[in-house]
Amino acid sequence: MLSTNPQTISIQQQIDYALHLADTTLILAQCNAEWCAHGPILEQDIAITNITLDLIGQSRNFYQYAATLINETASTPVTEDSLAYWRDERAFKNLLLVEIPNGDWGRTVFRQFFFSVYQYLLLEKLQQGDDETLAAIAAKSIKETTYHVKWSSEWVIRLGDGTVDSHDRMEAALAAIWSYTGECFEAAEYETESHTRALKDAWMLQVKEVLGEATLTVPENVYMHTGGKNGIHTENLGFILAEMQYLQRSNPGAEW
Amino acid sequence: MHIQIRKFYYGDIPEEKAGGAEAPQKAAANEQEWPLWEVFIRSKQGLDHKHAGSLHAADAAMAMENARDVYTRRQEGVSLWVVESKYVHASNPDDAESLFEPAADKIYRHPTFYDLPDAVKHM
Repeated sequence: MLSTNPQTISIQQQIDYALHLADTTLILAQCNAEWCAHGPILEQDIAITNITLDLIGQSRNFYQYAATLINETASTPVTEDSLAYWRDERAFKNLLLVEIPNGDWGRTVFRQFFFSVYQYLLLEKLQQGDDETLAAIAAKSIKETTYHVKWSSEWVIRLGDGTVDSHDRMEAALAAIWSYTGECFEAAEYETESHTRALKDAWMLQVKEVLGEATLTVPENVYMHTGGKNGIHTENLGFILAEMQYLQRSNPGAEW
Repeated sequence: MHIQIRKFYYGDIPEEKAGGAEAPQKAAANEQEWPLWEVFIRSKQGLDHKHAGSLHAADAAMAMENARDVYTRRQEGVSLWVVESKYVHASNPDDAESLFEPAADKIYRHPTFYDLPDAVKHM
């Protein structure tokens, strides 16, 4: 949270924000992981699963932080695992962008690109923010995110400015995903309004540059979906959580 | 006695005969196939890049990223080189005899017959 006075943010807001950051990275990781053993070519299968592991690492850090905050006042303690596996859809605060279905490879790299550019700018802000834990997590994560931005932008350009077929698929992917990107820049009540808006310009600049190289056009005046940050999700999150939480819910406390 | 002599110009070596462990393939059948690249990694303690393996990639930037993803997952290295396999030329195993065995009995070529003064520490 970016604020000049930490006292003005309540503990509940800090918890919600940490959960939002954790849920977003976890759900994106879970979606990307569906490509494991199904990647278009071996090296890209490994690339996307590496990205997934980076995201899981980040989400663990955020969940551990949220658990620490919750346990300060909770009657029954929570852990990172209980937060990830035992909460229902309405409790998840991830962005809608990360829960939309994978689609084809083009859609997946587009989703990664839009998210990673946003995440890079967000982590830069968090590094300079007042919350020390978030700043430390951001400092570590930004190295991973730098690579995600590079990897996904190059793929967007390769596919956008590729063959006729790949270009058409990227146009379709852009039309399908664009309306989920606006939510990143709407502040939920546990976020600071001014800093979320500031990210938008930088994000748009980077996105326009890459889409330009990829010979794709940014859609104008599109309705933007919203609600993810407050627990109102699309249908797909139900399937994602069912798969992710099934094992823990049927065998509570199971360990490797 | 037949020693085959050919005149080679740079860039002459046809791709079917170039390096890589793959069997020679017709270029036409493989228009869909990405080129093969050899990967060399310099480890944290090492001084030279060692061959780590090969991978497919469409261009040099992708080859570099794929090499990072595939071969440096477990902190194997600090520096990467990637070279397209067609530019790696290997010696012909049939020539091994004439290329390498003559050196075996010429120990006078080794720089080990000098008495170094004690003051010289690193030679």
